Amino acid sequence: MRRNIRFWLGDELIRTENISPVMTVLDWLREVRGRRGTKEGCNEGDCGACTVIVVRRERERLVWNAVNACIQFVAMLDGAQVFTIEDMKAPDGTLHPVQEAMVRLHGSQCGFCTPGFVMSMVAYRRRPGADDSDTAIDDALAGNLCRCTGYAPIVRAMKESLAAGPDRFEAMGEVILSRLKELEDGQTVQISAEEGMLTIPVSADALAQVLEEDPDARIVAGATDVGLHVTKQMRVLPHVVFIGRIPDLRHLTLTEEGLEIGAAVTWSEAEAALNVLQPEMRETLRRIGGRPVRNSGTVCGNIANGSPIGDGPPLLIAADARLRLRRGKVSREIPLEAFFLEYGKQDRAADEFVESVFIPRPDCNVIFRGYKVSRRSDQDISAVMAGLSLRLEDGVITQARLAWGGMAATPCRAAHAEAALQGRVWDEAALEAARAALTEDFAPISDMRASAWYRMEVARNLLTRFWLETASSVPVLTSVFADPEVRHV
Amino acid sequence: MSENLPEGAASLPLKHESGVLHVCGEAAYIDDLPEPAGLVHVVPGLSTRAHARVVRLSLDAVRAAPDVLRVITAADIPGENDVSATGIHDECLLATDEVMYCGQPLFAVVARTRAAARRAVRLAEVEYEDLPAVLTIDQARAAGGDLVWRSLTMRRGEAEAALPASPHRRSGAVRMGGQEHFYLEGQAALAVPGEAQEMRVWSSTQHPTETQAMICHVLGISAACVTVEVRRMGGGFGGKETQANPPACLAALAAVLTGYPAKIRLDRDDDMMMTGKRHDFLVDYDVGFDGDGVISGVSMTLAARCGWSADLSGPVTDRALFHADNAYFYPHVVLRSEPLRTHTQSNTAYRGFGGPQGIVAAERVIEEIAFATGLDPLDVRLRNAYVSGSDRSLTPYHMEVEDSISRELMTQLAQDCSYRERRQEIRGFNRDHPWVRRGIALTPVKFGISFTATHYNQAGALVHIYTDGSVQVNHGGTEMGQGLHTKMVQVVMRALGLPEERVLITATNTGKVPNTSATAASSGADLNGMAVLDAVKKIRNRLTAFVAQKHGVPQAEVAFGPQGVRVGSEILAFTDVVKAAYLARISLSSSGFYKTPKIHWDPATGRGRPFFYFAYGAACSEVAIDLLTGEMRTERVDILHDAGQSLNPAIDLGQVEGAFVQGVGWLTMEELVWDDAGRLRTHAPSTYKIPGCSDRPRIFNVGLADQGENREETIFRSKAVGEPPFVHGVSVLCAVSDALASLDDYRSCPPLDAPATAEMILRTAYEMKRRNKSLSGN
Repeated sequence: MRRNIRFWLGDELIRTENISPVMTVLDWLREVRGRRGTKEGCNEGDCGACTVIVVRRERERLVWNAVNACIQFVAMLDGAQVFTIEDMKAPDGTLHPVQEAMVRLHGSQCGFCTPGFVMSMVAYRRRPGADDSDTAIDDALAGNLCRCTGYAPIVRAMKESLAAGPDRFEAMGEVILSRLKELEDGQTVQISAEEGMLTIPVSADALAQVLEEDPDARIVAGATDVGLHVTKQMRVLPHVVFIGRIPDLRHLTLTEEGLEIGAAVTWSEAEAALNVLQPEMRETLRRIGGRPVRNSGTVCGNIANGSPIGDGPPLLIAADARLRLRRGKVSREIPLEAFFLEYGKQDRAADEFVESVFIPRPDCNVIFRGYKVSRRSDQDISAVMAGLSLRLEDGVITQARLAWGGMAATPCRAAHAEAALQGRVWDEAALEAARAALTEDFAPISDMRASAWYRMEVARNLLTRFWLETASSVPVLTSVFADPEVRHV
Repeated sequence: MSENLPEGAASLPLKHESGVLHVCGEAAYIDDLPEPAGLVHVVPGLSTRAHARVVRLSLDAVRAAPDVLRVITAADIPGENDVSATGIHDECLLATDEVMYCGQPLFAVVARTRAAARRAVRLAEVEYEDLPAVLTIDQARAAGGDLVWRSLTMRRGEAEAALPASPHRRSGAVRMGGQEHFYLEGQAALAVPGEAQEMRVWSSTQHPTETQAMICHVLGISAACVTVEVRRMGGGFGGKETQANPPACLAALAAVLTGYPAKIRLDRDDDMMMTGKRHDFLVDYDVGFDGDGVISGVSMTLAARCGWSADLSGPVTDRALFHADNAYFYPHVVLRSEPLRTHTQSNTAYRGFGGPQGIVAAERVIEEIAFATGLDPLDVRLRNAYVSGSDRSLTPYHMEVEDSISRELMTQLAQDCSYRERRQEIRGFNRDHPWVRRGIALTPVKFGISFTATHYNQAGALVHIYTDGSVQVNHGGTEMGQGLHTKMVQVVMRALGLPEERVLITATNTGKVPNTSATAASSGADLNGMAVLDAVKKIRNRLTAFVAQKHGVPQAEVAFGPQGVRVGSEILAFTDVVKAAYLARISLSSSGFYKTPKIHWDPATGRGRPFFYFAYGAACSEVAIDLLTGEMRTERVDILHDAGQSLNPAIDLGQVEGAFVQGVGWLTMEELVWDDAGRLRTHAPSTYKIPGCSDRPRIFNVGLADQGENREETIFRSKAVGEPPFVHGVSVLCAVSDALASLDDYRSCPPLDAPATAEMILRTAYEMKRRNKSLSGN
């Protein structure tokens, strides 16, 4: 049992005892360490002014992730290498190529968002296969807001810095790998501080035991949701169990049968495998949060928190996903849609935890689409989210799975619309029947994201888009965000 | 002397003076400053009702909370409980027996840590008795139309007679929403008490002098006791012109009441709940015109939701009127403002200051004419544009437009971006695409430069030259990212022929340059540049006289340039000249001063020359809209903007690009939503969406117009650039309108209000389809 959190901050090995389970990385950097280059813009993981880089060793390889320091807890850094804006300049004062390009191309105006941008840009440069296309750069910077520049000069700086060649971190790879290897001691961490207790179990078995002993303990994986409970709602969390680094919850297994995603796998990590499994998920997966959120937030966390507006569940429900839960030594598996009982209530006992989610491999008879409609295309919560799947056999619909977010108090399927399609040919009449039936399924609410009218109208229109894309005899442009190559059909 | 000035330095694309600090995280904002010993933290407690009587305010649990030192209420204020920027005493710092909006500060907690203060605030028990709340423009009108400020009327000619006599006439209404500033650095201030009544305050403020005055007013002490300083803000956009005052006052109050240094840094949600925003407007218009689309008369009423107090709503609604003509001549015109009081945040300055709202109305009028006549909207724009030196050059406020280049810019841009060809192509595209439509629009901007409150058009500076030849510059303007300090450094470089590294700008400080105006109205470089130049010239004149006499040459043979100081045929090092002058007991320090000439304005008669000059520009935007969801994408934007003889083309281009995206945000995705109880529901970036990286135009061409220098004598003949390009966002709104118009074959003007969110676009698309059906008779 270890009683401290250990990680590297720049070139310093940090060991913190007595750390509060809910001390955020941002507060710790600024208030405890006096590293005030990392800024607080929103304290909810939405503006990116607090972006820092967390480096992890994954299978003998380093993974560089931009994350939001404001909604990360210090305990989550255990075993990591952390870099902040203060580490970007070389010791001799030479600017990092990203910094140099940002200055030269006027990428900063007020400068407040700038450190966060620099960190996202440096992290992007270190991603394998980082390219200089606008869409890839937009995605890398989707988690950073700038109110002054209109982004154009920042994108120019990103492009130029990509062409600038290796940075000084290139040469640090071996050092960081060995540093991180040394930190891997396989020990449970437990710290009791004045503000509360934290536990980092070493295995799923250990986690099950911790929860049996303290069913009220709060499970935290990526903290992209729980972080806000602390920073915005000032909630007290007497005992936090961090599961993000538990090795046997970090599996991502793609087999002939399908894809199993462990509870500690982030969206960024699952993205590629999900795209292999179901290429039609690509664009919606890309629009779940911004890059820093996907680097922290987990697929299973997006399910376990039970939000009616999480983007993962509709996609995964449509894909026929099954959820595995565990309590003590007992595991059970349920269809994902059965997990969501009512608003704020899920089919999970207090001492139970989500172990993994399994998505079966779709067969060639299945047509699938994911659609996300939100006020802003990137890093926004959906007004309406749809996961739509039909199994067609000899042109007849033998199974319909139409799963929705933002339409009800939980992510759920549209039973009437599905029934309207069952056994029918996927033609315009079937579409009209499903459109009509959808009004039987849902009575959405009006809120700051959309009116009830808009939600219903768009949901019905997404069925139309689905039909146009999968059944219409003439190819037709159905979205302003469609890929350029299919835009002028 | 000006003819002797070395060229170059003032129009170079120098990098931002803090650029390196920005990218290294070394640029200090308020919360980054070293914290004095004993620092305490202030967090305000906000009203949760829109309009209510406070029956009971129980703060015992707050006081008893851990680490709480003090709870402040209105009763603790030693001076006056008022922060009204215009001095009309209608805005208390802390509410007493009645709350006027949801988010109004009722009390403040002072604690040893910010977290402790935030936790303690939640323990307050407040009992309210709800009173009728007026939340919207329509509700305010229905309730009798209580105004926060006098209504202004501008009148020229006889609109009432001209309108019915016009061959064609259209009337309608256009609504546009407000806008949260979303400066990345929230409101923040640090107050450090000194000896006796002295107080030093570091505040993220655009208006240090007013912040100083408000603190004195609230504390009941004289201005001489309080020094306010700001090195830079993490964004302002108008949101720190008056809105920085209440937080700074709370910090100063906490410092006085506890004797400790006190810091306030608003949480983003508190910031958005508390502070005012851009005014939302409802404009009713009536326009008469002939078959060629030439306007004969215009009548408009511009109603604004001002919130619970006046703040700057008077001048904001005035400026909406000043820009309700945009670039167009109205032969007969009557314009009236309606600054309505509501139980919402007190709306305030925001880049453009009401001007963009007036311009949106003007462009709607143009669209009405275009759809009624079947003309290309660009032709309607060209035909109605002001023509300087003609009988079509008088504004509704009786000012002659002497410098109009609107037609030239529109014509050049249309050519450069192939507007007419693309418009035809788009019409073809729209015939073939049932679910995606495209639209294009080319709109001009003419923006009046000067504070309409004439006395604000003054500035001061303080310049010191040290004996090593380095120069320290200080002026009344504040840096919020717009590059003002960089431009001021360039003014000094040019006037003294010095390299950049010899000139240092220091923090704006009321102790160095007093009685300054807000850095607002795009005036920062115009006013302070001239004041800095005045100060530099005074010292330069002394140095010139000194070296001329010393070397026995006429003063005309002395010049300051990059090679050094030319004295007759000799070149002396600047440092040597300065050292010699010091030894000869010549003062190397000077203040500078400037006031804008020519301007005057009388609101009572609605006549005057409120603006020194106009800045111009034109933008062409092409959009695609999705008829299944209403989603929109900006495909291509071309902008031609007039910055006069630019002081720094790189900075000015950055202002144009950034302002454009901000303007598009206002008119498309940024939506403030209040619920029926008057609670703002969009009070964080999770719910209030400003444009992100992928929202910038897919193709984005921005250029500065080469129309040459400002015809007025501004600093090196440049033009102000802060606000005017914000208006270019209107081209996107008009392009969306054009795309929607395709749905009824361009037969009617789409009733598109702003923000044109996906929902608004879908709603309007359905309306256009309905019109098309009824017109086609099926």
